[in-house]
Amino acid sequence: MRRFILIAVPYLWLVALFLIPFVIVLKISLSDVALARPPYMPQLDFAAGWEGFQSFFAALDFENFWFLTTDDLYWKAYLSSLQISLTSTVMTLLVGYPIAYAMARAAPEWRPTLLMLVILPFWTSFLIRVYAWMGILSNEGLLNQFLLWLGVINEPLTILNTNTAVYIGIVYTYLPFMVLPIYSALERMDDSLLEAAEDLGCSRLSAFWLVTIPLSKNGIIAGCFLVFIPVIGEFVIPSLLGGSGTLMIGKVLWEEFFSNRDWPVASAVAVILLLILVIPIILFQRNEQKQREAEG
Amino acid sequence: MKTHLLTMTAGAALMASFATAEEVRVYNWSDYIDEELLTKFEEETGIDLIYDVFDSNELLETKMLAGGAGYDVVVPTGTFLQRQIAAGAFQKLDMSKLPNKGNMWDVIEKRTDQYDPGNEFSINYMWGTTGIGVNTGKVTEVLGTDAPIASLDLVFNPDNMEKLSSCGVHFLDAPTEMIPAALTYAGLDPDRKDDEALAAAEEVLLAVRPYIQKFHSSEYINALANGDICVAFGWSGDILQARDRAAEADNGVEVAYNAPVEGALMWFDQMAIPVDAPNPEAAHVFLNFIMDAQNMAAASNYVYYANGNAASKEFLVEDVIGDTAIYPDEATLEKLYTVTPFPPREQRSLTRMWTKVKSGT
Repeated sequence: MRRFILIAVPYLWLVALFLIPFVIVLKISLSDVALARPPYMPQLDFAAGWEGFQSFFAALDFENFWFLTTDDLYWKAYLSSLQISLTSTVMTLLVGYPIAYAMARAAPEWRPTLLMLVILPFWTSFLIRVYAWMGILSNEGLLNQFLLWLGVINEPLTILNTNTAVYIGIVYTYLPFMVLPIYSALERMDDSLLEAAEDLGCSRLSAFWLVTIPLSKNGIIAGCFLVFIPVIGEFVIPSLLGGSGTLMIGKVLWEEFFSNRDWPVASAVAVILLLILVIPIILFQRNEQKQREAEG
Repeated sequence: MKTHLLTMTAGAALMASFATAEEVRVYNWSDYIDEELLTKFEEETGIDLIYDVFDSNELLETKMLAGGAGYDVVVPTGTFLQRQIAAGAFQKLDMSKLPNKGNMWDVIEKRTDQYDPGNEFSINYMWGTTGIGVNTGKVTEVLGTDAPIASLDLVFNPDNMEKLSSCGVHFLDAPTEMIPAALTYAGLDPDRKDDEALAAAEEVLLAVRPYIQKFHSSEYINALANGDICVAFGWSGDILQARDRAAEADNGVEVAYNAPVEGALMWFDQMAIPVDAPNPEAAHVFLNFIMDAQNMAAASNYVYYANGNAASKEFLVEDVIGDTAIYPDEATLEKLYTVTPFPPREQRSLTRMWTKVKSGT
């Protein structure tokens, strides 16, 4: 009985915070636009009883999903989001891994301070930090003035309102999500394994490749998921730092929702986005499990 | 003074009926009021005023349609108001609680009648035109002294725009404002919404797209005032505020506003009370306060927009009432047009086209 309750708690969370909202979004995506509050129909009429249920389900259809295939805007936006998300995940990993590595190699008494420094930016609002980047990257901004002063460039670089600014913003914002899981994996690593590898004739570099990287694999995977998944749907960073040429699915969703007032199509876009994310993750976990079984 | 007293009694009566500290939540456009008025309202009525701002009708509309936004007074533009009334987002005003309603200007009420028949749901706050703001110094430097600063030719002729792109051009990020202007330039009826008309507008916009630095609906005020950009297609009062800020900063920037001679869009921002407003009583007190002749004049004197309040005219400073860019003369008034809301299907084509213009996809 106690075990049952223990298992039930996380499932309750999953149902309350994921499944119910998802069913609501799915339901809206099968509805039609209406000039009403809220702006879609049908609404479930409990007073009408069983017939109300029947007419409610009869009015739902997949028309909005069909609509998404008729305009190339949507798949272009999905592709562009995937590409931006993949690129920035790789960049975050390249920047984040050395930081995590240095932290894990630092003297133990320093580690809490270093950990604190990684978490510290969270104490300021995310929005303010992205705004600060607007001040740094603009034509008259700090970065350009510094480079002009150094004499590296003769006229200001246009960085703000381009994809470069979006990448900088994403890497900066999501860096802690990459650093923390990798750090926790590296910190747990047993140093004697490296000594053993060197005793057996490994150079330091190959010991890093053959021992450290594989042992931190779980941290790397967790970090990549923590960055990749939220970045795909990112809206704030591209709208503040990106130009009008930055195409991301988050912005398309905003347009559907706010400009077109078409909640059903907006919901259909969101459902597809979820499928794009969930299916690869499930496949990946299946694969992992198979491997573990094969090893075990 | 009489109206003043009325406001106070209305406030006092409300205070008596609600013993606890009251609050009223107002959601208005950014840079759209003299903030001293907000303090004055709190002092006169004893109601706490929570004042939030937005810069797009779309944002406001989504909040209204979702419901439960928690605001007591909101300020949509006429075309948006009409659709939101149809969706059942607003409550009818209780005229018995609005003794200052008599101050309103019948000329404007006749025009807002097309969005809100009988003016039952809303009062006019401000109205204005959408047109061209220029940094006169820079534009004459680029295009010469005969630059067509009062013509759509300035912003829709690629030859002019190519030259202007060196000093920066901003357009409103509001398709419902930009498409009528593009249609006027193409010689079509600005209120047309069919595919053929939209295609014509798209062609006009795409031809100048490479020369537009940014589509944004509020940044241009500061950008124009600082001299960061030299042309903005925007709202009349915003550009006049930029003119004022530049004059105050004494930075050598001279800003001018013109409603295009080919015809300009006339719009009306209307104050209304959401159907689920937490405190409709206090909302009425706020509307009545705003309709006070002196208060309304103070707001117009500050934001450089014309208002729909006839009684306020005697309190307007010469800078406002005497400026034909704000209170147009008869000849200009004839050139001003109004438009109707977009139905859902046309709205979708419009948004799609706007995305294409902005992002090239």
